[in-house]
Amino acid sequence: MLSYALRRLGSAIPTLFIIITVAFFMMRLAPGGPFDREKQLPPEIEANILKAYNLDKPIHLQYLDYMKNILRGDFGPSYKYLDFTVNDLILTGFPVSMRLGLYAITIAIVIGVTAGTIAALKQNSLFDYLVMGVAMTGIAIPNFVMAPLLALVFGVYLSILPVAGWGGGAFKYQILPVITLALPQVAYIARLTRGSMVEIMNSNFIRTARAKGLSEKIVVVRHALRGGLLPVVSYLGPATAAVITGSVVIESIFDVPGIGRYFVNGALNRDYPVVMGVVIFYAILIIVLNLIVDLVYGFFDPRVKVE
Amino acid sequence: MKIKPIIPDRLESISEDAVKGRSLWHDARRRLFQNKAAVISMVILGIIVVLAILAPYLSPWPYDDPDWGYDFPGPPNAELKHWFGTDGNGRDLFVRTLYGARISLMVGILATSVSLLIGVTYGATAGFIGGRVDNIMMRIVDILYSLPFMFFVILLMVFFGRNIFLIFIALGAVEWLTMARIVRGQTLSVKKKEFIEAAHATGVSTRKIITRHIIPNVLGPVIVYMTLTIPMVILTESFLSFLGLGVQEPLTSWGVLISEGAKQMESAPWLLIFPAIFLAITLFCFNFIGDGLRDALDPKDR
Amino acid sequence: MNSRIKTPVSRTIAVLALFCACFFMFTTVAVAGGTLRVATMGEPASLDPHKVSGTWENYVVGDMFIGLTTENQKSEPVPGVATSWKISDDGMKYTFMLRKSVWSDGTPFTAHDFVFSMRRILLPETAAEYASLLYIIKGAEAINTGKAKPETLAVKAIDDYTLEIQLTGPAPYFLALLTHYTAYPVPKHVIEKHGKLWSKPENMVVNGPYKLVEWIPNTHVKLTKNDKWWDSGSLSLDDLTFYTQEDRAAVQKRFRAGEIDVAMDFASDQIDWLRKNMPDETRIAPYMGVYYYPINSSVEPFTDVRVRQALSMAINRKAIVDKVLKTGELAAYSFVPPGVAYYDNPAEVTWKDMPFGERQKKAKALLAEAGFSPDKPLEFTLRYNTSENHKRIAVAVVSMWKAIGVKAELFNSEVKVHYADLKQGDFQVARAGWIADYNDAQNFLYLLETRTGPNNYGRYSNPEYDKLMLEAEVTSDLQKRSELMLKAESLAMRDQPVIPIYHYVSKNLVSTKVQGFVDNPQDIHRWRYVSLK
Repeated sequence: MLSYALRRLGSAIPTLFIIITVAFFMMRLAPGGPFDREKQLPPEIEANILKAYNLDKPIHLQYLDYMKNILRGDFGPSYKYLDFTVNDLILTGFPVSMRLGLYAITIAIVIGVTAGTIAALKQNSLFDYLVMGVAMTGIAIPNFVMAPLLALVFGVYLSILPVAGWGGGAFKYQILPVITLALPQVAYIARLTRGSMVEIMNSNFIRTARAKGLSEKIVVVRHALRGGLLPVVSYLGPATAAVITGSVVIESIFDVPGIGRYFVNGALNRDYPVVMGVVIFYAILIIVLNLIVDLVYGFFDPRVKVE
Repeated sequence: MKIKPIIPDRLESISEDAVKGRSLWHDARRRLFQNKAAVISMVILGIIVVLAILAPYLSPWPYDDPDWGYDFPGPPNAELKHWFGTDGNGRDLFVRTLYGARISLMVGILATSVSLLIGVTYGATAGFIGGRVDNIMMRIVDILYSLPFMFFVILLMVFFGRNIFLIFIALGAVEWLTMARIVRGQTLSVKKKEFIEAAHATGVSTRKIITRHIIPNVLGPVIVYMTLTIPMVILTESFLSFLGLGVQEPLTSWGVLISEGAKQMESAPWLLIFPAIFLAITLFCFNFIGDGLRDALDPKDR
Repeated sequence: MNSRIKTPVSRTIAVLALFCACFFMFTTVAVAGGTLRVATMGEPASLDPHKVSGTWENYVVGDMFIGLTTENQKSEPVPGVATSWKISDDGMKYTFMLRKSVWSDGTPFTAHDFVFSMRRILLPETAAEYASLLYIIKGAEAINTGKAKPETLAVKAIDDYTLEIQLTGPAPYFLALLTHYTAYPVPKHVIEKHGKLWSKPENMVVNGPYKLVEWIPNTHVKLTKNDKWWDSGSLSLDDLTFYTQEDRAAVQKRFRAGEIDVAMDFASDQIDWLRKNMPDETRIAPYMGVYYYPINSSVEPFTDVRVRQALSMAINRKAIVDKVLKTGELAAYSFVPPGVAYYDNPAEVTWKDMPFGERQKKAKALLAEAGFSPDKPLEFTLRYNTSENHKRIAVAVVSMWKAIGVKAELFNSEVKVHYADLKQGDFQVARAGWIADYNDAQNFLYLLETRTGPNNYGRYSNPEYDKLMLEAEVTSDLQKRSELMLKAESLAMRDQPVIPIYHYVSKNLVSTKVQGFVDNPQDIHRWRYVSLK
């Protein structure tokens, strides 16, 4: 299993190389540069700045320089946050996003799986409809509506939670961002769980288990859940990657210092090093998470053998 | 970052046993029409589509010109026939919501079609040829999966300027990855089935095997996945609108309307409520139809 | 007291009320200290004053460093590090007498610090975005473009406390310019020791009232009182916290929840709600800037002055200001906003007072003369950068143009693409804005000079205009200088290379607890004058 994991990671290197190259050139070819703005810089000043960032060199030399720096683990300076390097930004931002993301996904798994399972067991009951109704609403309300709504209700009207801010990571500042982040995930996971549990509970091996006289609880927990959670497990890979890399919407509305903002704002600001840094970071994260999902999948589904 | 679409694994199992030739489709249709939620959803969706098409005839107000005589934005006013009120530019929200429906539904359906076209071709080719070609093709999909999706879309937007067709293509070009995986998995599993081998043995031509056996078997999960993709694309479009990368004015979409409305949810709630209701209803409908289709195409649930 | 108070009883009450008011004022002023929380509406790019370029950074660095001159509450120039100065008769040589002061680490502050700082910002390696503001100093441009050594800069320390600056021309705005952050001193001894890392909280040394304690990107910047500042006894606030969130709707909610005391902007679409619910906290004041549509006069059919005039005339600015914006912006009929120093009445378009209906007729006639008709309408694209306000104005303007038979298509792009294209001259009509760097008409009017280059988006080129502006540059007589610029502006208003739409207002939310926040045309507020009740 270890050698399998290593082999997978090894084969990720060419993947990364391609991603870096494509992203680098796509970014550079995009119209508009990092120093275009409402108050245009006089040409001589722009020349000074381009020189200071080595942006006056031919693009292939810039690419070679960039690759060399990456190998040394240096993602370069940010063009927008002049006093910080990309490494600084990712290293301060990612722990924040990861923390929120992990809370959110944990909550989503606990609530989503529980609600989904109960809904499946009591198929077509009031509870079932309620869970599915709420789940669908959770999916149908975009987070840029949910976030300000929660801030308005809990922060302004009820004044029991801060509207926004980070407060050094105090618990009360994390509640609303985590809820907003978790909500659609709860909904997706509940739906997924319900769907596959319904299918499993009607399957032959559950009938066999029941016929053996096992208690319903054991049937559900020992037998059904293991298979019923498979789709959830394979969903968790990309979902975890998505929530722990932060959300630009939630971070800008709740003013959370995560890395989600850097990516979108970096792209809009043409802050090349920031975008590249985040892209590479994200790609590595996805590769690792996919590997973990595959390994976990092997545990849940004995049919899948990890070579 | 946008959540990657779910690849419900159960989809792959859906039609495993459902290979009963044409009667399958006949059965499926019958089952679908027995599903009340799905039927009601189809009716509602139909009504929304009709409203969107007839939009210019349903209100005396144009979608692009301000009503200078009324408030900017103004609350709903039946007397002036501003049934949903006016937006920050004094334009009638009822008409704009319906025009938004045109764009949102079009984006949803066309982007999904793009993903369908690429995904099915790509996935079926990989699955059917198999072996090394399959390996390479799927590795490419893996690489594209690791590329942050938003990055891709934003870059496409800035590259080619912003136009609505680009949004279709950009979203479709992202969604096809999942579609390709599903189709490939399905093709692979169908290919190995005894009845295909039997068909081979009895000398049925490859072409006939593909059209007669493989495609119908792959189609089920694809259709179900489509009904899941359409709402996903509509939501993604709204996220792009929130970032200011939506359609060009004076055109609009539900995403644009909702993201504008969300900023004024307290001072001018009608700007949010009406488009949000339309969006939510549409997403609900697609979901019910998707569930209905899944149940209809999955004989296990009979 | 007004004349309505007649009876002795009411007079007594009035006196009592006055007494109470005095008493409360006394008690409130007495409560010094506290932390002011300000939403700056943007993450600082840097806290090195030579590298900053935005208003949101100015709110922070402006209380960390003090230049030769500084701003008072109304943002007028007053003595800063320099206590007095002498100006030569030709207006081109300034001699400053500096106060004896120290940096926040106790190092004595001398005139050599200014020499070092001004050379530093002009060095090409510093890559300072705003260095060109100092080009008025002799030798500055040559240094900044790498043609001369920094030692050639005409900024000289006569002794430790006397500084001499030679200019290239008489610049009546020079003392105001010196309040700008490009002219702030930076500590030589710290920069030489720490290099680029000098602006980190653990290294940074300042000469102003507040010093840096903490900066967490995308969270906050915290400053605390600098006890070594020469006038630290006058400071009321102990600490300043700057929140950098940009989402206006969210900041407004934080303000309402009492998490923020001052928000340096709010979304215009909130104005009705704010006027109704928070009238005392909503502050709107004229702001020195112009919102305009440059027309690309280098491409057909916009080379025709009649087309440009027609497009400008057909815009009902009053409707835009009153119905769309609603935040008290001034309809613009001139390029320079009213109220600029030494420039009392800007030159306006001649048709300003013509009734709108007539203007529309006139505009149609001009278009017809230029060869456009309903069968062959004028068609073009109006570009704007993505923003709610720009969109609302563009939609309104397009509908007004439609009324005179012009078909304009809207096209918005993100800010980087928008300005890259404007710089290249790749547009027909577009949205732009200009906020003055210093209080002088020249800072607006130079935008329309041929030599200005990329900032003259519409590529307006009128030799007569250029000549007048050049003449104004070397004129030291203020009255004459202003007349020359006025003449130039009236040429521009006739030619309409730009369509001025409105003059900006500053929009702030200021808690009623905050005292000493004075609205001013530059929207610059120094927190050292502010206290909390």
